Amino acid sequence: MSAVPAVLRALYEGERAMERKLLETAARDAAEHEVHHVAVDLARWSHEHAERLAEAAEPYGLRLSRSAEEPPGPEDRGERAARALADTRSGLDLLNDLRELHLAATGNSLDWEMLAQAAQADKDSSLLDLATACHPQTLRQMRWTNTMIKTLSPQLLSKAGAASREA
Amino acid sequence: MRAEVDRIAEPWGDRTPYGPGTPWPVRVDSYLEPGVTAADVDAWVPTASVLHSNGDALDVAVADGRIVGVRGSARDRVNHGRLGPKDLFGWQANRSEDRLTTPLVRRDGRLVPCDWDTALARIVDRSKALLETYGPGSIGFYTSGQLFLEEYYTLAVIARAGIGTNHVDGNTRLCTATAAEALKETFGCDGQPASYTDVDHADVLALFGHNMAETQPVLWMRVLDRLAGGDPPRLVCVDPRPTQAARHATVHLAPRAGTNVALLNALLHEIIRTDRIDRAFIDAHTVGFDELSERVAGCTPRWAAGICDVPAAAVTEAAEVLGDARRLLSTVLQGVYQSHQATAAAVQVNNLQLIRGMLGRPGCGVLQMNGQPSAQNTRECGADGDLPGFRNWENDAHVADLARVWNVEPSRIPSHTPPTPAMQIFRYAEQGSIRMLWISGTNPAVSLPELERVRGILRRDGLFTVVQDLYLTETARFADVVLPAATWAEKTGTLTNADRTVHLCERAVEPPGDARSDLDIWLEYASWMDFRDQDGRPLVGWHDPESAFEAWKECSRGRPCDYTGLTYERLRTTGGIQWPCTDEAPEGTERLHTDGVGWAAPDDCETYGRDLVTGASVSETEYRALNPHGKAVLKAAEHLPPHEPTNDEYPLQLTTGRTLYHFHTRTKTGRSPQLQAAAPEVWVEISAAGARRHQVAEGDLVEVTSPRGSVRGRLRVTAIRDGLVFLPFHYGYWDTPGGDGPGEDGGRAANETTVTDWDPVSKQPLFKTAAARLTLVERAHGAVSPAPTTTASAPVDPGAAPPTTGGPAAMARHSAGARGGER
Repeated sequence: MSAVPAVLRALYEGERAMERKLLETAARDAAEHEVHHVAVDLARWSHEHAERLAEAAEPYGLRLSRSAEEPPGPEDRGERAARALADTRSGLDLLNDLRELHLAATGNSLDWEMLAQAAQADKDSSLLDLATACHPQTLRQMRWTNTMIKTLSPQLLSKAGAASREA
Repeated sequence: MRAEVDRIAEPWGDRTPYGPGTPWPVRVDSYLEPGVTAADVDAWVPTASVLHSNGDALDVAVADGRIVGVRGSARDRVNHGRLGPKDLFGWQANRSEDRLTTPLVRRDGRLVPCDWDTALARIVDRSKALLETYGPGSIGFYTSGQLFLEEYYTLAVIARAGIGTNHVDGNTRLCTATAAEALKETFGCDGQPASYTDVDHADVLALFGHNMAETQPVLWMRVLDRLAGGDPPRLVCVDPRPTQAARHATVHLAPRAGTNVALLNALLHEIIRTDRIDRAFIDAHTVGFDELSERVAGCTPRWAAGICDVPAAAVTEAAEVLGDARRLLSTVLQGVYQSHQATAAAVQVNNLQLIRGMLGRPGCGVLQMNGQPSAQNTRECGADGDLPGFRNWENDAHVADLARVWNVEPSRIPSHTPPTPAMQIFRYAEQGSIRMLWISGTNPAVSLPELERVRGILRRDGLFTVVQDLYLTETARFADVVLPAATWAEKTGTLTNADRTVHLCERAVEPPGDARSDLDIWLEYASWMDFRDQDGRPLVGWHDPESAFEAWKECSRGRPCDYTGLTYERLRTTGGIQWPCTDEAPEGTERLHTDGVGWAAPDDCETYGRDLVTGASVSETEYRALNPHGKAVLKAAEHLPPHEPTNDEYPLQLTTGRTLYHFHTRTKTGRSPQLQAAAPEVWVEISAAGARRHQVAEGDLVEVTSPRGSVRGRLRVTAIRDGLVFLPFHYGYWDTPGGDGPGEDGGRAANETTVTDWDPVSKQPLFKTAAARLTLVERAHGAVSPAPTTTASAPVDPGAAPPTTGGPAAMARHSAGARGGER
C-alpha cells in the first residue's frame, strides 16, 4: 500500500487550512486593503485545490468531504473603512499573519512536491496533472506573502511605524 | 468649413476628411473673449493644453497683461491647429476671483492668511522634527498629473535623495499607473509604443474602455476625419456606454463590469484558433506564446458570453475584424485601467498586437493612453512609483547610476522596497505611520475612492497636511498649511503627452497675488532644508525651469526617455518633439520597437515584472530565465470574478467616469462659464429597461447608494448597458454650502460610493467595479437632467431634454491653415 493517500490527506487538510487562514486574514486585516482583497482571491485557489484533491482521493478509497458551497466571499459591506481608522492591530500583527500564511503555503508546496514525485514514480498521469496544475498556484501564494512582507516591513517595523498609535 | 461653430453644441467641429497615408489637414481653431479682436492681442505665447493628456499645442493670446483667448498651433504634430472645448474655454479659470493669493496656516482650527516665511517655517520645522524622531518614512508626497516635468523632477530629487522617503506618488496612480505597468510587464520598460500618426495609417482601430471622443477630443477629430475620408478604418469598441466611438463602431461590445480579461482572452482565443497570428513575429520578438495559447484555449466566445453578457457572435465578429486587420491600432484607457484586473486586461491588449505582429510600423501599435496632461512626466521623472529615467529599483546598477547623477551615496536613495503607491501612502497615513503629507495640485477629497474614509484620514490629528493649489479645494479645507500656486500660463515648463510629444509651455502672464510656481516652492523648501550632495554642494543645483530641464536631461541620458537632444530653444522653434530625442535621433522618435524590443533585457528592464493576479514580484533570477534575450513577454492571465458582486440589496453594477466638458474634480472647468454651463451638475445614468424596472423616468431626482455612501442626481436614461449605473466623478463640494463634504442635499461626489480596492499589479484604484442600488427621491415635475446630450450621456429619447448648446458665448473660429504639422 503506497503512502500516497496519506500525502493526499495531509495536502487536502493543508489546503483547507490555507483557505481558512486566508479568509481569516482577509477579515482580520480588512483595513489593509490590498491584503484583504488578494487574500480572498487566493483563498479561491486553495478551495479549488481541496476540491480536486478530494476527487483525486476517491480511487484510493479515501473519503475527503467535498464542499457543497462556493468558496465564501468577503463580508465587505462598507464596514471596512469604519473599522480601519479604529483598527488597533499593530503592524507586527499584520506581518505575523502574512508570515503564518507563507509558512502554511510552504508546507503545502512541499506536499505538492512529494505528490508529484510519487506520481512520476508510479506513472500516475492524472495525479501528476493535478500537481502540475495546482502546485504553481501554491508557489504564487508563497511569492505573494513574501512580496507583501518585504514591501510592508520597512514602514511597519521601522521607527516611522513604531509608535503609530500614539499620534 | 464654417467660419464659426458653437463648440459646446458641436464639440468636434467641422470635418476635414483625409485618406490613409495622407497628411491630416490643418484646421486652426481659435477663441477670443467677446469684444477682443486679433488686433488687440499684444502677444501669442506658445504652450500646450493641461486639461487632458492629448498635448494640444496652442498659443495664448495676451492683451494688457491678461489672457484673452487661445489659438491652436497649425504647425504642431499633435493637433494640426485644432482645439477641443476644454482647450478653447478652460483658460478662463486662471483669472477666477477665488484664486489663492497668499499662503494660509491653521490657527485655532481656522485657516488664516500669512506670509511665505511663516508658512515655509511651519513646513520646515515639522519636516525636521519628523525626520529626527520618526525618520524619512514618516513623510509622504502626493502630487499631480498637471504640473511640469521640471517640477516633478525637482520633487523627486527632494523626496528621494533629500528627505530619503520612498513615499512619493502622483494622482497619476488613478489615471495612468496601469498604462505604465502594462508596458513594463510586456516590454520590460515604460514607453508608449505607438504614435498619434498611426491613426493616419490604420485600417482597424480598436478602442478598449477608451471614450476617446470625450477624453481626447482632438485625437477623436483625427479619427472622425479618417472616417469621413476615403478608405476609412473600421472601429471595434469595447465600452458599456453608448460613446461616440460605439456609435461609429463596426462592432461594439458592452461587457458586464469587471470582465475585461474574460473578453480579451476570448478575442485572443479566436485569433489563435483561426490562425490569424504572425508566427514569424512571435518567434522573433516574443516569449511566452505557448503559455498564453494554453491559458486562452478554453476561452471560447460562448464561454466569454456567459461571463461578460455579450453575444458570442459579436465576440467572434470582433475577433474577425481584429484578426483581418492589415494595420491595427489599439488604444486603452480607464474602462480597462480603473476596472477589476486592470493590468491583466491591459496586457492582453499588448498581447493582441504582438501575436498579430502589429507593432512598430505605420498604423500598427498600441496606445496605452494617459488621463492627464503630464502623467508621462511623473512616470519618467520619478514623481510617481518609479525611479527617475525608468530605472529599476531592484537593479543595484540602476540605483548606483542614479546616485551618480545626483552625486549622493547609493544608500541615500531608498530602494529596499518598491516606491510606495498612492493608495498605500494614504493607508500609511490612515494607520498613522505617515505623519506629514504634502499634496500638490490634486484634490484627493474628491478624486480618491470612498470619500468618507479619505476625509477621516485628512482630519486625523496626527497627520500634518500641506496643500499646494490654485483654489481652496475640498482637500485644502482640511490642510494645516495651504500654499498658493501659480498655474499653466503663469509659469514656464515642459510637459509630455501620451504619445511622447514634449512641448514647452511658456509663461504668458503674472500669477495672482503672492502665488508661486510649484517649482519655486520646492526650490525654496530645498534651500531651507539645506539638502546637500556628498561633496557638500546643494543637492538641488538648479534655480529656474530651464536649468531644471538641463538637469533632467542628464538624468535621462542613455535611458529610454532620453531628452538630451532637446533644448528650450528647439522646442520654441519647432513645437512638439517626441522622445527619445538624441544626437542620433535629433528629430525625435515616432515609434518605439521598430526593430525588436529595446529595453526588456534583464540588465536594461525597468522591472522584472509582477504576477498578474497577486502582484507578487518576479525575481531577477526568474526573469533572466524567462527572458534572457530581452524580447516582449506574452503574459497570460485568468479571469477572476469581481470583488463586489451585485446582490438583492445592491442589484446594480456601479461605474464612474467622465464627460467631455469637465476635467478631474472640476477645479478649472467648473470655473469656465461655457464648460460649467454645458454640464452644470451631477447626474445619474441608467438604461431604459432599468428605468422601467425602477419605475423612474428622465429628470427624476434619484439616489445611488453603495455600501459606502450615496449620491443624489437627476436621472438621464441612455443606451447604457442594462444593469449598470453611471455617475460622473467631477462634482465635489467647493461650490456647495457644505464646502468639503455632503450637506443636507446628500452626496454629490461619485466617490462617496466607490470602493477602496486596487489592482494589485499597477496599484491603480478601482472606480468602475462596484455594486449599488437606485431609489427615487422625488419626481421630475418638469426638472431636466443636467447631463449633456452631445456625448455618451445623450438621452435615448432625443426629445427628453433640450440639446446642449453654448450659444453665442461658445462660438469659436475655424480656419483652414497652410499645411504643417507633418512631423
